[in-house]
Amino acid sequence: MNLILVTFIILLAFTSYYFGRKKALVIQSSQRLTALPKFYGYYLAAWCAAPALIIFALWSVFEPSIVKTFILQDYTDQNLTKNELQLIYTKVKALAAGTYTGNITNFLDGSANKYIQLKGIANSAKVAIILAILILSLSFAYRSVQKNDRMREPVEIFLKWVLFVASLGAVLVTIGIVFSLLFEAIRFFQAVKIFDFIFGTHWYPAKTFVRDGQPDPELMKDAFGAVPLFAGTFFIAFIAMCVAIPIGLLSGIYLSEYAGRGVRKYAKPIIEILAGIPTVVYGFFAALTVGPFVKEIGNAMGLEVSAESALAAGAVMGVMIIPFISSLSDDVITAVPQNLRDGSYAMGATKSETVKKVIFPAALPGIVGSILLAVSRAVGETMIVVMASGLAANLTMNPLESTSTITAQIVVILIGDQQFGDPKTQSAFALGISLFIVTLFLNVIALSVVKKYREKYE
Amino acid sequence: MNSFKKNLLKKRYNAERRFQWYGKIAIGLALTFLAVFMFQIFSKGYSAFQKTWIVTEVHYDKELLLIDAESPSKDDLENADYYDVAYKAMTSLDPGLPEEEDRQLIQMVSYKYETEVKDLLLKNPDFLGKIVPIKLTASDDVDQVHKGNYPRDIPEKNRRVNDYQLQIYDMLNERGDILSEFNISFFTSPDSREAELAGIASSFMGTVFSILVCLAFSFPIAVLAAIYLEEFAPKNKFTDFIEVNINNLAAVPSIVFGLLGLGVLLAVFNLPRSTPLVGGITLSLMTLPTIIIAARASLKAVPPSIREAALAMGASNMQTTMHHTVPLSMPGTLSGTIIGLAQALGETAPLILIGMVAFVNTIPGTPVDPAASLPVQIYIWSESAERGFVEKVSACIMVLLAFLILMNLAAQIVRHKFEKKWS
Repeated sequence: MNLILVTFIILLAFTSYYFGRKKALVIQSSQRLTALPKFYGYYLAAWCAAPALIIFALWSVFEPSIVKTFILQDYTDQNLTKNELQLIYTKVKALAAGTYTGNITNFLDGSANKYIQLKGIANSAKVAIILAILILSLSFAYRSVQKNDRMREPVEIFLKWVLFVASLGAVLVTIGIVFSLLFEAIRFFQAVKIFDFIFGTHWYPAKTFVRDGQPDPELMKDAFGAVPLFAGTFFIAFIAMCVAIPIGLLSGIYLSEYAGRGVRKYAKPIIEILAGIPTVVYGFFAALTVGPFVKEIGNAMGLEVSAESALAAGAVMGVMIIPFISSLSDDVITAVPQNLRDGSYAMGATKSETVKKVIFPAALPGIVGSILLAVSRAVGETMIVVMASGLAANLTMNPLESTSTITAQIVVILIGDQQFGDPKTQSAFALGISLFIVTLFLNVIALSVVKKYREKYE
Repeated sequence: MNSFKKNLLKKRYNAERRFQWYGKIAIGLALTFLAVFMFQIFSKGYSAFQKTWIVTEVHYDKELLLIDAESPSKDDLENADYYDVAYKAMTSLDPGLPEEEDRQLIQMVSYKYETEVKDLLLKNPDFLGKIVPIKLTASDDVDQVHKGNYPRDIPEKNRRVNDYQLQIYDMLNERGDILSEFNISFFTSPDSREAELAGIASSFMGTVFSILVCLAFSFPIAVLAAIYLEEFAPKNKFTDFIEVNINNLAAVPSIVFGLLGLGVLLAVFNLPRSTPLVGGITLSLMTLPTIIIAARASLKAVPPSIREAALAMGASNMQTTMHHTVPLSMPGTLSGTIIGLAQALGETAPLILIGMVAFVNTIPGTPVDPAASLPVQIYIWSESAERGFVEKVSACIMVLLAFLILMNLAAQIVRHKFEKKWS
């Protein structure tokens, strides 16, 4: 139904484009055109499609909730909670679609009939309204075509609006992220105190699962402490940085200051391949090769190493991050003005002394910025941890034990079927919003540092 | 020059050399990681492109097939009972085996061997009543033994292939009845719980659909947004805000987009779960900022003289942009888009959250059929305990990397071939 309607509108728009162009050619025989003939076509087509499609979109967004309020009006006197009402509404919808399998009460049956009836009314109203709008807007547009009004300007203004709306897309995505996370997270914090979440030291959400009824509030208090996850996240990111910073920074310095053109031309893209490999591939590599390798070495040294250690995950993550740091610091160091180098050489400093004492301090803000970006990358990394570092949230600072991270727990909680309304599912969104805040914070600082640095030398 | 100065100079030169070596070592380490990594994947994965078959003889006995008709039709063959025929085909390998031990033989081929026996007859109806050789898919364990991936010297009770099966395997191998052929079914069959039958067709199609949906959603919006921001936007607080927003969005962890997909696309818009449609939209939100940034950079690279020339000829701002600036910026935009899509191609976490991790044993035909994607398939298989999946994962990784290399090459070609050099 909807598809037919949209197709109809679009087809009509195309027809009106050709019609408008033709009309322009007719007008041309008697008077001077105000714009190229195709603008007459665009004008008609825009007036045909835009209002109808906008109304259609608005209707589709609001119709379900209006129908829902109408249906649930009959249940207001029964003192039901929000969740129960939601359940009833799902049942009614299923019954109307003929997919309901539970036992059917008279009341439910009545509601389902009402639902079907309302849907029918809504559908015919929609078609009628959209047809009316099509006729109105087309006749308006046709009149101005006939009057030979200015045609190019309105079309261009319309296009500009389309461009503007598209640029709002990115903002819309951000708003979507914030609201979808906040909405569930707020409901989570109604069940679990925010204090318990931020300062609790036990993360064990599976404990709260109860077959029927509400989980025990005492259990809830102790099951959602996110400290082990925050600690694990930053611990693994720290291990990754221990690998990535020295290697990345030194290779960045070498590439920008020492390497000949040939080496630079080939070494840089090859190192950047490391950043292009999907993280799930790193995860597999960490779980299958690095994990057992670390375990073997540890056992040979008489240490107890878990097969899924934080060290393995962190080290592999570090390898993944090397190119971020090397490329960014290479760019930053190349941007340091040549006269600083020349000054240092003129004083008799060797190349390495120049790098260490002049270029590095000058490039430091940029390097710090790139490291912060890399940290944010490490904090948000998911698959390596999921596959290589276990899923139990241990509060530990031993790199040979397994730890879990925020991202890994989100995956653990949400893999498979989820039930909305369950505190366990909601906790994933609470973790998501803390992850979002942490990475946003890191990014904002990093971007502003890098921007300031660029302005300094440009 | 006194000795103190000489020593100092020597020390400084040594430090210089050391520092250079640090750099070389760092680059060497990074390259070594890459090499080890590639070597591991290839050495583990190449064997998955070979499939092991066990050759035996099958007697299409009319009586055992329970076919009464004199000249049976296609339907008769379709509905015949193949259990006994297939069973006999396997047990004939060792007629001396007591009946209660026959499972040991049956386990040497895949559990679908009955279907394979049936398919051969359906393809060649004239085999009815004859004894013909047949190729049966070897079980995962025999497959691994044949490829030499399975250690034979561990104690029998820890081995999934027992001594008797090894003996039969050796006998067949000596007779030349174990075949190794190119594994076509790895590319044509969907996922399966059995490693010897599992293929990447379903996840491959899932990936293709997701990427197409992602392209359809992100490319137009991103290009339009870039055009607005670069060519028309007034310089004010609001456009600054949009810009900061895009930059930050590019650095949001991918899993957060998965939460968005779950919380909005599935829970609010009620789109079908586990489908490439939802996966593609989720990925498109992720690639949106990447493409916007690339498109803006290539719009910026078009020299102002082009615009001025068009304006001087009387074109409006919109005409200048649409007829001159945008077409000239397209090569850069397209290569940025391909790189953004390549990134999206490798994403796993957001797709897991929207349910594309479900076990799918059919090949999806449309974007609204449940499907996995290649990276998710890697994750699913790597969680499986069976040894046969290790080589499958590595092979799947090789396919994924090949896909990525192709896309990046395409991006390079578009950039170098079509981009105009302004100087």
